[in-house]
Amino acid sequence: MKYICLGYMNEEIWKTLSESERNNFMDDCFAYDDELRKNGHFAGGEALQDARNAITLRWSNHHVSVTDGPFAETKEQIGGIMILEATDLNHAIRLLSKHPSLRLGQGGSSWEIRPAADLTALMEDSKHRGKG
Amino acid sequence: MQNSLKDIPQIVGDVYRKESRPVFAALIRLLGDLDLAEDAMHDAFKVALEQWGEKGVPSNPRAWLVSTGRFKAIDRIRRESKFDPLQIQHIEQIEAKTADPSGQVDKKIEDDVLRLIFTCCHPALSLDARTALTLREVCDLTTEAVASAFLVTPSTMAQRIVRAKTKIREEKIPFEVPPEHELPDRIAAVLQVVYLVFNEGYYASSGESATRIDLSSEAIRLGYLLHALLPDPEVAGLLSLMLLHESRRPARTSSSGDLILLDDQDRSLWDRNMIAEGLSLVEQAFFSKRAGAYTFQAAIAALHAEAKHPDATDWKQIAGLYSLLLRIHPSPVIELNRAVAIAMHKGPEAGLQQIDAILGRGELNNYHLAHAARAELCRKIGRIDDARASWQRALSLAQQAPERRFIKRKLSELNA
Repeated sequence: MKYICLGYMNEEIWKTLSESERNNFMDDCFAYDDELRKNGHFAGGEALQDARNAITLRWSNHHVSVTDGPFAETKEQIGGIMILEATDLNHAIRLLSKHPSLRLGQGGSSWEIRPAADLTALMEDSKHRGKG
Repeated sequence: MQNSLKDIPQIVGDVYRKESRPVFAALIRLLGDLDLAEDAMHDAFKVALEQWGEKGVPSNPRAWLVSTGRFKAIDRIRRESKFDPLQIQHIEQIEAKTADPSGQVDKKIEDDVLRLIFTCCHPALSLDARTALTLREVCDLTTEAVASAFLVTPSTMAQRIVRAKTKIREEKIPFEVPPEHELPDRIAAVLQVVYLVFNEGYYASSGESATRIDLSSEAIRLGYLLHALLPDPEVAGLLSLMLLHESRRPARTSSSGDLILLDDQDRSLWDRNMIAEGLSLVEQAFFSKRAGAYTFQAAIAALHAEAKHPDATDWKQIAGLYSLLLRIHPSPVIELNRAVAIAMHKGPEAGLQQIDAILGRGELNNYHLAHAARAELCRKIGRIDDARASWQRALSLAQQAPERRFIKRKLSELNA
């Protein structure tokens, strides 16, 4: 099963870290990513640039509207995504519990785990409708 | 022996199905932690996939996997210890405890699975938690499958499992077969889980979907496993009870999904092999002199199974067995069942007297089956108004749709 993991980070807390703290933090994260990769659990992932560089598209008044930044103004923003390959939800929880990023500044980050939805059946149906 | 590389995934897969639980259980004993053992087991099977093609399948795959898993766990703790210095101590403990695991694997492994069952079913955990943990760790079902079987969301089930494991760790629930003096109570806690899993599968026929796993088969599988590991009459009794109930499954529901009562079932549909096995188990358990509640219930089920048609049922013995059951397990519901058996054996008046006595004590006033049983007996002796009143009371209490349909049918028959 694939699990999509959304990593949230509090940028205020990140800003309070010294450079060596940040370096250690990143080293630990990379090392654990490698560990996941080596064991076949890392099925993809990316770190994201600052939320200020984000663009949000939305449908409004029969047009695509383009606005700056993420929709919600919250302290926690998505800082990275990861796709985990795990046997079940508890396996995914266990793998991610050990991710060093979770220890950022005592509660400065969190991970949301979402099981990937299998759309194979829906796609088949769509094909049968002749639009797929 | 060299195997062709393309056979290896198949071979490792077969070994996984047969050996994953024993290997996992042995690793818990060696490593002292469920999560660590699960990681170690996955690691060991991964190495097997990588190496068995070239180096050949080991002569004792189980011992190989346990020993490989153990080395991998130590490796893993070493690597992770840079995040957590306390782990170094942990490695030393593991290395000291498991100087030579390979020699002792087979000898202890049966007990390891039993230890795992006792840990998952520890009375310090709630019944929900015990059930979830047993299905996931002992039966090797995924969290999602267990969640769907109990009709809860995967996230609810995942949290239940995480909390149960945390509790095991924090309260230092031991990984052991309990000492003799605790054994009867601890076995009872295990059997309670197995029976709950069985009943969930047997009675929760609503909401059934193709993806829903068959809990009754899992419970029976657990029953066989326990029976092989633990020579206890109540284990045999419960396994027998489950087999005898399960043998009737093909006859229990009509094509439209309605419940068919025992009397109206087509007995030629009952599974004869399961019945034979159930009968032989209940006999062993019954004459062990330590028969308990499950054995008595199995003996009652056995008498039903042995009757070629409803009229041939030995109601006298059944009433006697209910009396035995009442002595160790006093309960108004069992008393009600005995009253029905007495009615079948001595006639409706005798049974009715008993039911009125139970209802007179106010104990089963809100139990629809008590009123249903009373209604049926009243009808048999021509007290039609009383029968109607009791069916109506039963209808006001019944919740399930098939039961309500059944009662309404009975009421209309009365009016006809």
